[in-house]
Amino acid sequence: MIRAAVAALALAVAALPAAAVQPDEMLADPALEARARAISENLRCLVCRNESIDESNAPLARDLRLLVRERILAGDTDEEVFAYIVHGDDTFAGFGEYVLLRPTADGTNLILWVAGPAMLAGGLALAGAYVRRRRAAADPTPPLDAAERARLAEILKD
Amino acid sequence: MIVELGHFALTLALAVALVQTVVPLIGAHYRWRGWMAVAEPAATAQLLLIGFAFAALTWAFVVSDFSLRLVVQNSHTLKPMLYKVSGVWGNHEGSLLLWVLILALFGACAAWFGGNLPATLKARVLAVQGSIGVAFLLFMLLTSNPFLRLEIPPMDGRDLNPLLQDPGLAFHPPFLYLGYVGLSMAFSFAVAALIEGRVDAAWGRWVRPWTLAAWVFLTIGIALGSWWAYYELGWGGFWFWDPVENASFMPWLIAAALLHSAIVVEKREALKAWTILLAIMAFGFSLIGTFIVRSGIITSVHAFANDPERGVFVLMIFALFTGGALMLFAARAGALEAKGIFATVSRESALVLNNVLLTVSCFVVFVGTIWPLLAELLWARKLSVGPPFFDMAFTPFAIALALLLPFGSMLPWKRGDAARTFRPLRGLAVLAAAAGVLVWAMQTGRSALGPVGLALGLWVILGAGSDLWLRTGREGLGSRLRRLARLPRADWGKAVAHAGLGLTIFAIAGHLAWQTEDIRVARVGDSFDVGGYTVTLQDVRRVEGPNYISTMADMRVQRGRQDFVLNPEKRIYPVAGMPTTEAGIDYGFWRDVYLVLGDPQEGGGFAVRSYIKPFASWLWAGCIIMALGGVVSLSDRRYRIAAGARRAHRAMAPAE
Repeated sequence: MIRAAVAALALAVAALPAAAVQPDEMLADPALEARARAISENLRCLVCRNESIDESNAPLARDLRLLVRERILAGDTDEEVFAYIVHGDDTFAGFGEYVLLRPTADGTNLILWVAGPAMLAGGLALAGAYVRRRRAAADPTPPLDAAERARLAEILKD
Repeated sequence: MIVELGHFALTLALAVALVQTVVPLIGAHYRWRGWMAVAEPAATAQLLLIGFAFAALTWAFVVSDFSLRLVVQNSHTLKPMLYKVSGVWGNHEGSLLLWVLILALFGACAAWFGGNLPATLKARVLAVQGSIGVAFLLFMLLTSNPFLRLEIPPMDGRDLNPLLQDPGLAFHPPFLYLGYVGLSMAFSFAVAALIEGRVDAAWGRWVRPWTLAAWVFLTIGIALGSWWAYYELGWGGFWFWDPVENASFMPWLIAAALLHSAIVVEKREALKAWTILLAIMAFGFSLIGTFIVRSGIITSVHAFANDPERGVFVLMIFALFTGGALMLFAARAGALEAKGIFATVSRESALVLNNVLLTVSCFVVFVGTIWPLLAELLWARKLSVGPPFFDMAFTPFAIALALLLPFGSMLPWKRGDAARTFRPLRGLAVLAAAAGVLVWAMQTGRSALGPVGLALGLWVILGAGSDLWLRTGREGLGSRLRRLARLPRADWGKAVAHAGLGLTIFAIAGHLAWQTEDIRVARVGDSFDVGGYTVTLQDVRRVEGPNYISTMADMRVQRGRQDFVLNPEKRIYPVAGMPTTEAGIDYGFWRDVYLVLGDPQEGGGFAVRSYIKPFASWLWAGCIIMALGGVVSLSDRRYRIAAGARRAHRAMAPAE
């Protein structure tokens, strides 16, 4: 319901530029406002290309910023604010996990989060094996013949 | 007429590129000198033909020839001349033309300056380079021809995207392309070496300058893009982990790995197969970058080319070249036996570790970039991967690299003694850590980002300095200074580039950790304080530019003896119907003062955003110093001499 209204509003005023966080949106309590900013940096502006609602100029981003602040004033913790924005409640459907700039670490997303450490471990293991082999290796290649040596000397001459 | 000639030259270039691909390759196989020799004039001809086509398109933009579709879509008679010219590559078709022009330029350079390459290797390198030209010229002529005419030319054009009408962005794409395409040389050398079936120290020496040059250009290109984002997008961010930014960052990381591993090939004849693989991957990531930008498959702010058909074509080019090269690699890599033997603690091992960190960090960025696409295709999950993920996933690699760099770069080749290498660095490590702790204590309550960045940056910079200093022997100061000046350029380049990295690390951390922000409504005449500065909104007026209308503020900034006026603006480009924000920035040594004018408010006054950004300029300075290190290294004697070696030899021959 709210989502539909928000979308309609977004369409109606899409042409009007606004600037990121507006003075009139900000909470009076600096501590709460700081929390709101931190949360905003982790929420995606749904009508922009790769911008957080904290940076975005879009009217929809403004509505989301106001919604975040509303929830904070209502006493939500940060997690509750995120949960509300993603899943909504009885009257509001929520925006889904698309809105989160930091993907959750559950289900298939675990692959994303584990990929870095796993690749690092794999890379280190391969590198370690290589270094061990190099340490143990005897010189495997036959020496260059005379013509090759002359050619190499010519090339490497400084 | 000129336009038709340009179109014709482009078609002719395709034919020449085909010849350049096929004839020398056959010639090299059968050792036919005449056939191999075709590569050189073909490369020159290709450069001339594509150069002419590019000049023709530039001409059309300069004289605003609105019978050309591309000019109509991207230009306007009122646009300043600089942007008429930069409009040539500020669009899909034109930027591709720039791409193939640079490709031909690199090919021609290899033909002209590759005098000391063995004939077969040279022929094969130029043939592979020619084949890349064939693919991209076909791509252009079939899907993105810049020379298409309109039947009924309009009176005026639709103007270039106003965000792109900017000096920083005018030169950002050419530098990036010099980098992307420069990596095609490394690729051509790698494939040619695989066809030849041998990789030796000389190969490492030949491939390194091209990689180094490409990396320098990429560094400058990325820095320019980041600087542009900083002053143009209106909140002073400089890196967004946008897919298109990542597209340029991934080849940069791989190129950095490649130019380190090429040293191991050159000096120690080890890591050969790996270096070949890196060369293939570096260009592969350039093609992926081109694919991401051109297809618009991962939407981003750079979506001036959203066209799936083109995306499929680029994907085919990518599959053909990377897949083909990897198959060749699989068939031939076994024959590339390493020679150098080294201990676990050695420069070689340190460089292997450097390569692991750079490559894995690149793959982390890659996985994060394509994850939304994968999740949607495989599990129908619509999700986003944004800056918070990349910051978390990438930063540990940057920290590990910075921690290891000074130590690893001073380990001796072949066999090292960890304790002995670390001894002269101990004092520096303590100094850097102490500086970090001191700052941490002074800034109570703030994040650890600033102090950690300071300690790491200092550690890398001091390490780079001592790397040079410890090479000057143990005699008196005068002798050491003389020796310092005489050290090889490669050593200087290494130290300068590493110091630049240290500076960049510090600047990023300091900038993010210590900036001050103020957002408020200000009426004309209002004064307020931001981070020790007094800012006064003196006036807001309307100013007409050549092709835009601006709302410009006069904002006076005072602190002690500093007293200056900044003019942040909001512009509207009526033809493109787009507003842009022009921040008012005072670039200082210690800090930037960054003012942004927002919208007029209902109750009167304007929204005003003010930032004090410490060490902002250090960030760009760090990147420039890094690139400078690459240039210094590129001027090392062994590359300059190598280029002329054969000629000198021939001249001396009669005396023997």
